[in-house]
Amino acid sequence: MKKKISIVLTGVGGQGVITAANILGKAAVKAKVGVFVSEIHGMAQRGGAVVCTVRMGDVSSPLLPSGTADVLLSTEPVEALRNICYVHKKTKIITDINPIIPFTVAVSGDHYPKVEEILKELSSHGELYTIDALKIARDAGAIITKNTVMLGALAASGVLPFKPEVLLEEILEDIDEKYKVVNKKAFEGGMKAIKKE
Amino acid sequence: MANLIEDKPGKQILLLGNEAITRGALEAGVDVATTYPGTPASEIADTFSAIAKEATRQNKDPGFYFQYSVNEKVALEVAAAASFCGLRSLTCMKHVGLNVASDTFMTYMYVGCRGGHIIVSADDPYCHSSQNEQDNRYFALFGGAPMLEPATPQEAKEMTRIGFDISEKLSLPLLLRTTTRLNHVRGPITLHEMQKPRKKGYFKKDPLLVTVPATARVRHPVLLKQLEEAEKISETSPFNEIITIGKPKDVGIVTSGVSFTYVKEMAEELNLNVKILKLGMTHPIPRTMCEKFIKSCSSLVMVEELDPFLENQFKALAFDVSADVKIYGKSTGHFSRLYEYNPDIVAEAFSKIFKMKNPFPQPVQSVLKAPRRPPSLCPGCPHRATYYAVKKAAPKDTIYPTDIGCYTLGKEPPLEIADVLLCMGSNAGMACGFSVATDQKIISFMGDSTFFHAGIPPIVNAVHHNHDVVITILDNRTTAMTGHQPHPGTPYDGMGKPAKLIKVEDVVKGCGVEHIEIVDPNKIKDTTAAFKRALEFKGPSVVVSKSPCILLEVQRKRKAKEEILLYHINQEICKRCKTCIGRFGCPALYFAEDDSVHIDPAQCNGCGDCVQVCPFGAISAEEYL
Repeated sequence: MKKKISIVLTGVGGQGVITAANILGKAAVKAKVGVFVSEIHGMAQRGGAVVCTVRMGDVSSPLLPSGTADVLLSTEPVEALRNICYVHKKTKIITDINPIIPFTVAVSGDHYPKVEEILKELSSHGELYTIDALKIARDAGAIITKNTVMLGALAASGVLPFKPEVLLEEILEDIDEKYKVVNKKAFEGGMKAIKKE
Repeated sequence: MANLIEDKPGKQILLLGNEAITRGALEAGVDVATTYPGTPASEIADTFSAIAKEATRQNKDPGFYFQYSVNEKVALEVAAAASFCGLRSLTCMKHVGLNVASDTFMTYMYVGCRGGHIIVSADDPYCHSSQNEQDNRYFALFGGAPMLEPATPQEAKEMTRIGFDISEKLSLPLLLRTTTRLNHVRGPITLHEMQKPRKKGYFKKDPLLVTVPATARVRHPVLLKQLEEAEKISETSPFNEIITIGKPKDVGIVTSGVSFTYVKEMAEELNLNVKILKLGMTHPIPRTMCEKFIKSCSSLVMVEELDPFLENQFKALAFDVSADVKIYGKSTGHFSRLYEYNPDIVAEAFSKIFKMKNPFPQPVQSVLKAPRRPPSLCPGCPHRATYYAVKKAAPKDTIYPTDIGCYTLGKEPPLEIADVLLCMGSNAGMACGFSVATDQKIISFMGDSTFFHAGIPPIVNAVHHNHDVVITILDNRTTAMTGHQPHPGTPYDGMGKPAKLIKVEDVVKGCGVEHIEIVDPNKIKDTTAAFKRALEFKGPSVVVSKSPCILLEVQRKRKAKEEILLYHINQEICKRCKTCIGRFGCPALYFAEDDSVHIDPAQCNGCGDCVQVCPFGAISAEEYL
């Protein structure tokens, strides 16, 4: 295992980014790997941009230096772009491809770039993997499992210092019996779907 | 939450810094915990509340008493009284909360505590969710409180647990000073065994608790004596330690709080040979230990977020011991007094001070510009409807003093209905002042929790002086912004027990307000008319705009299996006048590529306000969820 592993999770308030980061942290504790998870919320709950950092291994700081992320995992394309400062050429950038247009576009004249343009730019900075997590979640049986799909993709990236099963077990631990099957399907869908650009 | 109350010493679990503080208090057998919610402190109290509510639900005793007090000052007084009876107490608040509680805090130090009392201040460098980034370490110095500053969640738990012992030993309330990057960081925690709470105390009378001038003159020297004892504790505290990186000679770094985590990792990454004096007890600092450290160094680097609290003290110490030492820090321009630190900032400063290349690459920048995504009032938020109605009723140059809560987000376009904000309750006080200073109309806004917290005295002031103002209370029956905590206007308390609901309008009436309007903001026409009447009234008028927070309302409807209507725009009727987006600004509405307007079904909360806003009747409910 690498000495230090840094993962940046981004998305939009309400998408469950903080929950996903928390699950990663708990899986690390279970696997007896050192871990710090940092979350930025407060006002972000109200539909704002959210960033979480997860650092594993021999780390002291919950935050990472710029340009040192191993993975940038984003549940929304433009949010990956917003956090590009964390990546280097070998960073795995895993992003969902379904935009969520912020209200500033309608109200203040901000511009949301075309998704193809965003992906092109992302691929110029690191190793890009795209995923239609929304579709996979829907196919699995519930849109709400989108996060589980993303975590599946992360597990498939090979960066985590523990097996995908450890992460899946942690995902399933705190959820209702009736949603376990759907989440397992979503996780496996995410693992399979990650495709290199 | 269940694992948070497990009595399994040695077990490792992942906890948020704030949860770790709660766990530390439980391990120390805390009896009474109080708060007024505020980010980044909220989860400390919310964890107490969740444990208490679960116990209430199971008809069990949680082992402690917990309260969301009306404000931080009252929270501190409730807990102080418990401490006077010999019970262990904890009071938590955000940094600016300590301003509110400061009147109590300053004299509390004179009389001291009996049962251990931890006061948690959650500071917010960078103002992630605050109106300033004040450095509350000065409060420890100002009032004379011993202070601990954790660097990690594990340390936060241990400092809370052991802090109770220190507080009891010194008979002084202890300030646990945290920052956002501690409160909102999760890390592994090793559990310690739980102490049993004492539960009921006894108040032994003591004339020295009555701080008349003669007593205060006796108590002040006692406080100074206690601080000398505190310094002795600081000298031997395991929270103050020296850590070596590489093979250090005479280069030292002094740091505290989360800055330590950046310092350690960056010193390793840059292969520095340094000794780090990590101070966990930062008031009083261990004078002898620090002097010895200074004398052993030819250069010292001070790394602390916000103000040069340690830096100035170390300069004074260096002078006292006539040390030949160069001190780098804020005064040499290597570190800033602004915002949060991070590894980049520390690496950059180290590379300048130690004249070496920063090993980290310059961060890449994107060529494409990302559209901004600030937080906004939720789709269906009743505040938006109130604001829309006010804008219809009021003249253009009306002044809108606002306050602390979700409704501050009304500042954003298109509503732009927030002109001035200082602190909790300031809306109404400033409204009074504007009415004296100008002939412009004034409509101020505050939430219901803010009303109970600090909004009542300025209303009394407006009535007594007959100020011509309209004061609005946005009554959504919760403390929404900080996570839906109860307040005196809710029929239950923080332990999940029934509580007396105090109606905002009853209090307002009791204050002597003669013109009171009570409106449902989702009836936009009626609300506009009510604000017009309030504006016409000469003298102070109050509008109570009552509608529950949409997030809670949607939750309630889902639970009760009530229908949530979904709205859509009939494209044949829509004239694309953009009133719904350009003036009302609900984030569920958006323009498609062809400039047609649509409602995002994933975001719409079914309030139906946009139906009233559309001048052409193009919006209607389409189907049922």
